[in-house]
Amino acid sequence: MSNPVVTGIGVVAPTGIGAEAHWQAVLAGKSGIGAISRFDPAAYPVRLAGEIPGFVAAEQVPGRLIPQTDRWTQTSIAATNEALADAQVDPAELPEYEMGVLTAASSSGAEFGQREMTELFTKGPSWVGTYQAIAWFFAATTGQLAIRHGMRGPCAVYCAEQAGGLDALGRARRLLGVEARLIVAGGTDAPLCPYALVAQLSNGKLSTVDDPDRAYLPFADRAPHATGYLPGEGGAILILETRDAAKQRGAPDHGTVIGYAAGMDPPPGSPRPPALRRTIERALADADVRPSYVDVVFADGSGVPAEDAAEAAAISAVFGPRGVPVTVPKTLTGRLYAGGGALDVATALLALRDQVIPPGLRVERLAPGCDLDLVSGAPREARLRTALVLARGHGGFTTALVLRAADSATKGRS
Amino acid sequence: MTEFSLDDLRQLLRASVGVDEGVDLDGDIADREFVELGYDSLAVAEVISQVRRRLGVPIPEDAAVEITTPGAAVAFINARLAEAVG
Repeated sequence: MSNPVVTGIGVVAPTGIGAEAHWQAVLAGKSGIGAISRFDPAAYPVRLAGEIPGFVAAEQVPGRLIPQTDRWTQTSIAATNEALADAQVDPAELPEYEMGVLTAASSSGAEFGQREMTELFTKGPSWVGTYQAIAWFFAATTGQLAIRHGMRGPCAVYCAEQAGGLDALGRARRLLGVEARLIVAGGTDAPLCPYALVAQLSNGKLSTVDDPDRAYLPFADRAPHATGYLPGEGGAILILETRDAAKQRGAPDHGTVIGYAAGMDPPPGSPRPPALRRTIERALADADVRPSYVDVVFADGSGVPAEDAAEAAAISAVFGPRGVPVTVPKTLTGRLYAGGGALDVATALLALRDQVIPPGLRVERLAPGCDLDLVSGAPREARLRTALVLARGHGGFTTALVLRAADSATKGRS
Repeated sequence: MTEFSLDDLRQLLRASVGVDEGVDLDGDIADREFVELGYDSLAVAEVISQVRRRLGVPIPEDAAVEITTPGAAVAFINARLAEAVG
């Protein structure tokens, strides 16, 4: 297996529409967290979230696709437009069976589904729109992207909550060079409607704090107000190609995916340890790099104190206490579920490009037991060649992805 | 409503299934194939279903398969309306 090159990046996130807008906001520590405006959240215990500012589907999505897609699919269509343009590729010029689409899904078309279910329960079955059949379910985004861009090679959807985006990218690496030359991979999410929010509330891990700067602050000492996380919408779509295919086209080189591993936590109450440490070690082994070669870790950053402590322990076990810079830029967006992993990878690739570690929201004091070199509040310049991205999804899904900077990014630096 | 016009259909298409880039619904579309205008069978089914709900006309679910042009759709809907009145 040769390692694939990321040739295109598309971002639609609370931090901005477009990879550069997102990146500048993250470097400036500009948060996209605010009061939920997509519906009136007054009656719900969670009233803050990361919303995409100024996303207008009609500007990004063909007219025929809007009535048959959820906002989740529409944000993926927009991110894919940008990613393909960034990669300078016209899919119509490539063999259709050598291109694939792998996306993550979590909330799926919840908002679309809620609208149609409201029709069902208030007016009756004949009022449910025809497109409910295709808009809400997990594979809708992969399917619409594959049809729109004529990609008939490997197509799949990964349902692993927050971990799914990294799974999509890790699987893309395995398929490239074997079944495809180009894969559209990543994910977005649109979890901000009452139906989706209530589903999320059931895990008891969402933050009910009303201060946008303090509501979601993983690894921070917030005693006595231990909280949790906030949700957000959007994500990222990447174009991955085999090195040969990328070279042949003279495509842009944003960096390489060099390692991937996925694990599953033991059931609650089990004496066995969580899967994270072993998943990190397996991903590094897959990438053939030692822990000391990793220059930055993009943490999962659950925000739930016990899960933060477990992640900090796993990172310290592999890299040593404060042994590697750790950042959680998702504190600026909330957890994007299906969009989270891909957005972290997009952010990590931009960090590798510009040789700077982006910060998460400012953390004044680390929580007891979280012995991390946390980059927060301000960016940190550093020589960056290898980045590790971690993600954990509800139910025990655990993934780790290893990225390497493009040669051009580290040239001339030592 | 006693008569369903091509303009009524245009309005319904715009509101419920959208319009493809490069398609001019205001043009002479009566005899053009729905497929040519960017509408697949699911889109036609959705429009027929909207007509059924809005006008209260009983139209069988599989009617959409037989209707391939806007002109045919308008004629079909008016025939059902006439039956319902009569």
